[in-house]
Amino acid sequence: MTVNDIKEKLNLTVYAGAAGLNREVTGGYVSDLLSDVMGHSSEGQIWITLQTHKNIIAIASLKELAGIILVQGFEPDADTQKQAEDEQIPILGTHLSTFEISGKLYNLLHKCCE
Amino acid sequence: MLRIKADMHIHTVLSPCGDLDMSPRNILIKAKEKGLDLIAITDHNSTLMCRVIANLASEYDIAVIPGVEITTKEEAHCLAYFHDYEQINQIQMFLEQHLPPIQNNPDLFGHQLVVDQDEMILQEINTLLITALNLSIDEIEKTVHKIGGIFIPAHIDRPKYSIISQLGFIPFDLNAEAFELSRYSSPDSFTAQNKPYRNFIYVQNSDAHYLENIADAYTIFEIENPTLEEIVKALKNLDGRKIVSTHNQRKTN
Repeated sequence: MTVNDIKEKLNLTVYAGAAGLNREVTGGYVSDLLSDVMGHSSEGQIWITLQTHKNIIAIASLKELAGIILVQGFEPDADTQKQAEDEQIPILGTHLSTFEISGKLYNLLHKCCE
Repeated sequence: MLRIKADMHIHTVLSPCGDLDMSPRNILIKAKEKGLDLIAITDHNSTLMCRVIANLASEYDIAVIPGVEITTKEEAHCLAYFHDYEQINQIQMFLEQHLPPIQNNPDLFGHQLVVDQDEMILQEINTLLITALNLSIDEIEKTVHKIGGIFIPAHIDRPKYSIISQLGFIPFDLNAEAFELSRYSSPDSFTAQNKPYRNFIYVQNSDAHYLENIADAYTIFEIENPTLEEIVKALKNLDGRKIVSTHNQRKTN
């Protein structure tokens, strides 16, 4: 399943990094502590967070994450959007809470992989 | 030049987690006992206790720099210091404007008191002070500098509420005059594990919430006068002003 499939199925907004929408998603990771994401996320995961600082792109790039979903209507800062474009890392958004979007993503990924 | 022993991160009775013994006179007496020449008052997201302590400080021959420990949207704690009370009034208005209107529950967090020099309660602050402002670290840094203050991310070695725990690493374009290490670290031990930051400017302070922790960590400056202007010069290594050393009284971890 690609980031674009998830975007379509969960009705997500694309804020930046559309060039990376064809990335393959292997799983999800949920955390708002960037030090934790740096330590524990894995390649190919889509990351759900409320952090909008440009460091999220550096960490997603470093860990080769498939993309980022911002929750509760949070929008990326201007310099975050620019870096996402440069790094081709899709930043998506939803008005749902972390709990709701995580549940939907979990169901989607596990249905696809059964 | 003077050798100034400075602890620039001290909380008072106003911080909900600050001990009720952290009154103006008690703080100054303990600072004197510990041989400090300069202290800074840095409560969480409020400057309302700075002036009373500064006014009392001449009795103890201690310089008091007014400041605040600001919680950014990312929940990174950052210290800001100001040259005068006009700047302090500006940052106070900014803080009150951007702190969400969540009520303090004193049973959970403790009381948030503004007291006078005789420990009479002048005001109890109802808005919870330990929560985060609704602005990013970059926006807060820009505001502090626009007002004329200096900006120092707090206890960056700690696994909680530090710029590194919250943002993974220090953004390379962050405009900070220095970085603070807690009483559990030192510049040598920190940079040994964090080599990209080995050329940064470091200060150490106690972050005391209790009297007995005042001066548990401190910085020695070589400066002309115990003022913020001189400290800024020392941080920039200008005109012969400098940081001599930083210290902690605890074992490093």
